[in-house]
Formats: sequence, C-alpha cells, structure tokens
Amino acid sequence: MLAALYVMAGIAIALGAVLGFSAIKFKVEGNPLVDKIDAVLPQTQCGQCGYPGCKPYATAIATGEADINRCPPGGEDGIRKLADLLGVEFKPFGEGTAQPKPKAVAFIDENICIGCTLCLQACPVDAISGAAKQMHTIITQECTGCELCVAPCPVDCISMEPLPQTTQTWKWDYPVYTLRQAA
Amino acid sequence: MRSLHRFHGGVHPPEHKLESSERPSARAPLPKLLALPLQQHIGAKAKALVQAGDKVLKGQLLARAEGNLSAALHAPTSGTVLSVEARPVPHPSGLADLCITMAPDGEDRWAEHAPIDYYSIPKDALLAKLRDGGIVGLGGATFPTHVKYASAPVNTLVLNGAECEPWITTDDRLMRERAAEIVQGIEILRHLASPGETLIGIEDNKPQAIAAMRQACAGTGIEVVTVPTLYPTGGEKQLVRILTGKEVPSGGRPFSIGVACSNVATAYAMHRLVNHGEPMLSRLVTVTGNVKTPQNFEVLLGTPIADLVQCAGGALSGSSGYILGGPMMGLHVGDGQLPVVKSTNCVIVKSPSLFPPTPPALPCIRCTRCAQACPADLQPQELYWFAKARNFGKAQEYNLFDCIECGACAYVCPSHIPLVQYYRFAKSEIWAREKEKKAADAARVRHESRLERIERDKREKAEKLAQKEKAALASPSAQAPSSVPAAGAPAQPAPAQDLINAAIERARQQAALVKPKNTENLTPQQQAEIAEIEARRAHIREVAHHHETEPPKE
Repeated sequence: MLAALYVMAGIAIALGAVLGFSAIKFKVEGNPLVDKIDAVLPQTQCGQCGYPGCKPYATAIATGEADINRCPPGGEDGIRKLADLLGVEFKPFGEGTAQPKPKAVAFIDENICIGCTLCLQACPVDAISGAAKQMHTIITQECTGCELCVAPCPVDCISMEPLPQTTQTWKWDYPVYTLRQAA
Repeated sequence: MRSLHRFHGGVHPPEHKLESSERPSARAPLPKLLALPLQQHIGAKAKALVQAGDKVLKGQLLARAEGNLSAALHAPTSGTVLSVEARPVPHPSGLADLCITMAPDGEDRWAEHAPIDYYSIPKDALLAKLRDGGIVGLGGATFPTHVKYASAPVNTLVLNGAECEPWITTDDRLMRERAAEIVQGIEILRHLASPGETLIGIEDNKPQAIAAMRQACAGTGIEVVTVPTLYPTGGEKQLVRILTGKEVPSGGRPFSIGVACSNVATAYAMHRLVNHGEPMLSRLVTVTGNVKTPQNFEVLLGTPIADLVQCAGGALSGSSGYILGGPMMGLHVGDGQLPVVKSTNCVIVKSPSLFPPTPPALPCIRCTRCAQACPADLQPQELYWFAKARNFGKAQEYNLFDCIECGACAYVCPSHIPLVQYYRFAKSEIWAREKEKKAADAARVRHESRLERIERDKREKAEKLAQKEKAALASPSAQAPSSVPAAGAPAQPAPAQDLINAAIERARQQAALVKPKNTENLTPQQQAEIAEIEARRAHIREVAHHHETEPPKE
C-alpha cells in the first residue's frame, strides 16, 4: 500500500520536474500569435488602424483589444486571412472608418521641395532619400503607400500617385461566364 | 529503331495543317511601320538605346539586354526611329507596353556584321553573343537561350520539331526548306551543350520535313526521331518524356535531368547569328484560317499582323479577330495593329464558322475526362474546384504550377468549362500574393531596422549626455581645466558626494596656486573642446548648471 503511494508520488515528482524544467528551458519568447498576425498584415506601417504600426496592431489583435477590420491596406482579403487565422467570423470594414483604396506610392515634386527632412523622419520604412537642404526623393520600390509623409510636408510637395497597371502587374480575371439555363 | 515512351493523356484535335503547309514560304514585304516591344522574351525588359529621330541600319542594336535574364533587340531593317512609347502589345491584358516604333526607309541597308568563329571563343563569350543577338526560344515561351545553356553539359540534346498545335506549320516549312541551316544551328547547340546524343523529335504528320531533316543530318550523328501525332507532344516536358523516357521533376526544368531542349527554329536563328552575324530580326509565321491563301511568311519582327494578313490575300468575309499562336494555347486578339513578336509563330484569322463560340458552360459533373487527357498527370477537376473556390494553397498542393496550360482538359470537357482560365487566374493570383508577401516582408525588415536605429540613436545620445554631465561635474573639481578634454572618455563610476567635496576643495587650492600656468599650456584643440563644453554646459539642465556654477560661488 505505502510502496504504491511512494511509487506514484515518485513518478509525479519526476514528471513535475521534467515539466518544470522544460517550461523554463523551452520558454517561448513573446507571443507567437502576434508574429503570426503580423505576418498576415501588409506592413504598410500606416497607422490607419489607430496603432503606431503593424506590430502594435498585431499585438492588440492578439490580446483581443482590437477588431480585425481596421486595416484598410490589407483589404477585405486581409480581413479574411485574419479571420481564418484567428478562427473568427469575417467582419466588413466599419461605416465611417478608413476604407481600402487603390495602391499608391508617394511622389515628391522636386521643384517645390525645400529639403526640410520632415518627411524623412515620418517615413516608417526609410523609403525617402535626402538630407537637410538637399533634394528629397521617394524610393518607389520601398514605398508602402502609407501616406505618413504627406501631412508633415510644410510646402505640400508630396502627392500620392496610384500605381498604374502594367503588363507585369496585370492579373488574370476570375472567369465569369453564364451557365446554360435548364429548360 | 529507338523505342519511344508515352506521356499521360493527350488529345487529337483536328489538325488543319494542310491549308498552309503545302505552299512554300515567302518573304513578307516591308511594312510602313514597325513596332518593336522591348519585352519579347521572359525576363527583364530590354533597355532602349535609341530615341526618336535616330537613323538606324538593319541589324543595329536598338535595345540592349538588361541583366542576365533578358535579350537584346535589333532594327529589323534600316530606317528612322519614330518613337519610344507605350503601345498595345500582344499580351492577354491588352495593355500597352514600351515599344520602339520605326519607319523603314526601304533600302534595307545592313549595319556592319560578321560571323562568329564559335569554336575559337570561350563558351561564356558565345553565350553573351547569343544574348546580344536577341536569341530566345522560338517554341513559344521565348526563354532566353543563353540562360538555358549556361549550365551545360547535358546528356541529351532534344530538338523540338513536333509542332503539335493545330493550324501551325512554320517549323514544318522551316525543316523542309532550310534543313541544312537548322543542322548547322544544331551544331552550335551541340558545341554549347556537349551532349552524349542529339535527337530531333518530329511528329509523323510531317513526312517531308522528316525526310529533309534525315537527309541533312546524315553523317552528323544527329538522330531524327518520328514521334506519333498527339497534342501536346510539342510541350518540352512531354517531348523529353517521349524521347528519353525521363520525366522532368515537378517544378524542375529539363536541365535537372540532364536534358536540354530547344526548338528547331531557335537552332535556325542561332545559325543566322553565328554563321552570318545576323541577329534575330525576323521569323517564319504561318498565316492561316479565314484568309484567301494560307501560307508561311518570313516576317520582320514588329510587322503589324493586319499587314501580314494582307500578304496572305487578305481576310475573307465573316472574319472576327485573330489568334496569335494556335487555337489551343494562342492569344485571341482583335487589334490588327498588334506587331509580330519573337513568340508569334502563327496568325489565325478567326471566323465563327471555323471557330464556333464555345457553348455555354454547364456545371462540372466530375467525370474526370480532363484528368484522362491531362499530359502533366494532374487532376484538373480538383484544380478547377480549388481555383474556383480561391483555395490557392490547396491548388498548389495539387501541383497547379506543373500545369502547362495546354488546354487539353478544356478541349475534352463535356461541360465546356473554361478550365485553363481558372488555372491562369489562380496562378497569377498566387504570383501576385507572393510578390505582395515579399514586399511586406521587406517593409517589415526596413521598419524594424528603422525602429532599432532610432532606439540606438536615442541610447547613444543619452549615454553621451550622461558622459558630458559627468565631465561637466568633474571639470571644475578636477585638478585643472586641462582635464576637461576627458569629456569624450569612457564614463567613470559616479563619485560619492564626499569625494566630490574633497576634490572640489583640492581643486580650489590647486587652482589658487597654479591657475595661470594651466590655462596657458592648452593646445588649440583642447581650448576648442573646452569652449565647446562650456557652451554646452550653458545648455545643460539644472543639475549640471548647478554643479558648474556652484564651486566659484563658494
């Protein structure tokens, strides 16, 4: 009787020790869900969701603070991906909130630019090259279209140019055809 | 007799080859205007070297290859460059792309050109010549040939003369009329690829071409293999399978199994470039369908297809647009001003009687006839299902990207479902998403490194400030002002208040003794630094200010 108890207690202690050890040894740094959500977000870092970047928004979603329908650059597809990932219902963009719009990149009118570096400081992805009193210009390939540089410009020389469709970016349409109606 | 192998599936659409195959090829007249798209190949767009108003000679370089995966573009005839502008190009989108337009002067004057002695130059140099000569695969995919042969040697070199698609007869005519030149081109490919064996696969519906090639290949060690007529035998992977029995692995290229495959027309173009110094300027194009005299033409690149149709006696009444390529895989277009490009092997004039509109589609009944017909051994009905549901991950699991878009599935589908359209839609959607993902990842990295940089700057500034404060704190108490330049030195542990007081005391005593001497012995640099620190001190907040001003007061 006692022997059995000792054996069971021994096993419990041994397993507890293993579990305790692995809990420390294999501890997961940070919340892995945040990274998963962050991987789905478009990384425009535009702050339209009300958070200062994609990672903070991902953190807010992970903690249940924020809704999944606050990311206009991700579009409805983005919401769908988030819904899939989190196992929740799809939720359309709310009325009166920021809506998705066509992809655009910033453009600096170099005739007007005074080289104040304010946009440089605003750009979340360092996609503007320039220096104080030197011409600034957008590195188009790196621009995420977040529009954060537009407001700080004191001379309003930055505009958002929609990306034109080219033979390189063109996509095949979803086939639409009519089924024959049954007689 | 070589034993042949089989690929899975395949279909037998009506051939319609005799319409154009029995007339000898002719040279199309010079058009009034040539439009040369800068992108006529897979890879990076060529970079234009000319501008409006430039006079160019035949064979002169108009646009150079940009990077390795690209090909050059040359003036097909002498004339004047009219513009470099966006114009409609043969592309399924119907969008405009950059083209060089030129007006021929009718003189057809050659620029200087010379044959290449390919045996005496290194292979790298020869590959570069192919790129600069604008040589791309003429089987339809227009993959730059120099990239294909960069990883030679191979075991087997396969020359594709199958020409399995209905209506098209360019390779047939080319092999009949220019067999010897093709063989000379194959010799260049053999030099590049050093293959163990060289095979030419030709479908058995082209007996004259087979005979001509056999005759030209006599004594060269090149074997002409007759393969059964079955669509899509001319697919690269399918022909390799038939001739060698080897299957190109999923997502791979023939090179990964030691096979190189090129079209016979590519070999001919290489012969023109290497043995005559003539870059890729023209190609043989079948003009057929609803025209008066279907025929093959040697056409300058950039010729409008409407001009070409005129050469064949013009379109007959009831014509309704064109197909560039064959009816199975070709591009349906309406604009007759679209130019002939390197991939244009055939122009079919459509008419409702020749190509009746597909009947309305019915729901999929899961009969799997498409799976029986698929030459890539896929499950088209499943791919259709997943593409339709936009379930792209699942479509990729079912090897969507091994689909060669041959259209055999749609051809046999009893419900007339436009299957290939679904696969194209799914593929381009997946590509776009991958691109977006890559861009997002790049943006994430840039954003994170920016945050890190800002953080680091802040930290460094704070450290510097702390050091300055310490220096400021130490300087009046130090033995003399000469110790001030130590401001930039590593921080020392914070001194206790009594130590400070003692130091202040000591400093005051010493200062009273040796003050004049110490201020005189400073180097200009030290003085400058002192001045700088004094200036900064004025700006440092209360504590520093307090310590700085207090001792003299005491």
